[in-house]
Amino acid sequence: MLTLQCPYCGVWAEETELHAEGEAHLKRFGPGSSDDEFESYLFMRENPKGVHFERWRHSNGCGKFFHAARSTTTLEVFGTYSAQTLEPPQDIKDKISAKYPNWSWRDFS
Amino acid sequence: MSKAVSALSGAKFAGFATVTETGLRGMITVRGDLASKEMAAAVKSATGAGVPDQRKVSVGDKGKVAWMSPDELLVVVEYATVLDTVATLTTALAGSHALVANVSDARAVFEISGEGSRDALAKLAPVDLSKSAFAPDEIRRTRIAQVPAAFWQTGDSCFEVICFRSVAQYVFDVLRLSVTNGGEVHHLV
Ligand SMILES: [Zn+2]
Repeated sequence: MLTLQCPYCGVWAEETELHAEGEAHLKRFGPGSSDDEFESYLFMRENPKGVHFERWRHSNGCGKFFHAARSTTTLEVFGTYSAQTLEPPQDIKDKISAKYPNWSWRDFS
Repeated sequence: MSKAVSALSGAKFAGFATVTETGLRGMITVRGDLASKEMAAAVKSATGAGVPDQRKVSVGDKGKVAWMSPDELLVVVEYATVLDTVATLTTALAGSHALVANVSDARAVFEISGEGSRDALAKLAPVDLSKSAFAPDEIRRTRIAQVPAAFWQTGDSCFEVICFRSVAQYVFDVLRLSVTNGGEVHHLV
């Protein structure tokens, strides 16, 4: 069972109180973008064995979206953080680096 | 005006704890900047209570105020005074980016009372309800079995559960099942 702390209400919520909302930090490409950009925005997703960044929603709770950094292989959670950001906060990146010095995920490392 | 009735007209079931639909309750959703002085003044004049801290419930002479999210409060008052309270809040927040909505008739309220009430609720929600973990002045938004709900304590072994009116029968049924004699867990008292 996955347990994540919602950064908005502070509750340590187990998975059934949350809803998975796909990959984090997607940049939207809409009208005016190239076909390749639009295709990658719509369909191309990371599917890593290891460090991953996801969006979650505290659906049976405060209702807010937030981000989580975790490992898909060990289920270790490195931390959760605000949805009002374009990249993971430094302290979470540091925590990942401490365990996996060579990690990378899209443009982050 | 037509006569307002609650979802289950005071349905009641007694097992090792007692489940009662409490009848009509005034409930107002207020959204806005919870840290602003306008919000503090509005909530104070409507209920007599202060703006609650994260996940807390504050109590005033005219009602109580529950923290629902970083930008949302639930104001709980007598059903008979809800329209006056809405007017007070709306006037007080007139100049702010805020929302005041009367949700009384969109909700149902249940009371679970008696020794086993903590156990009965703990069977239905993914929440640590032990006395050391769940504070007496806390509100918890979560799920009851398969539907969203929220609850708070009104006494040492007494809880109030709110849910959407459309699922009132479902929530009553699962609470009734949970308090049925023979289903005691004796884990939390
Ligand atoms: Zn939350």
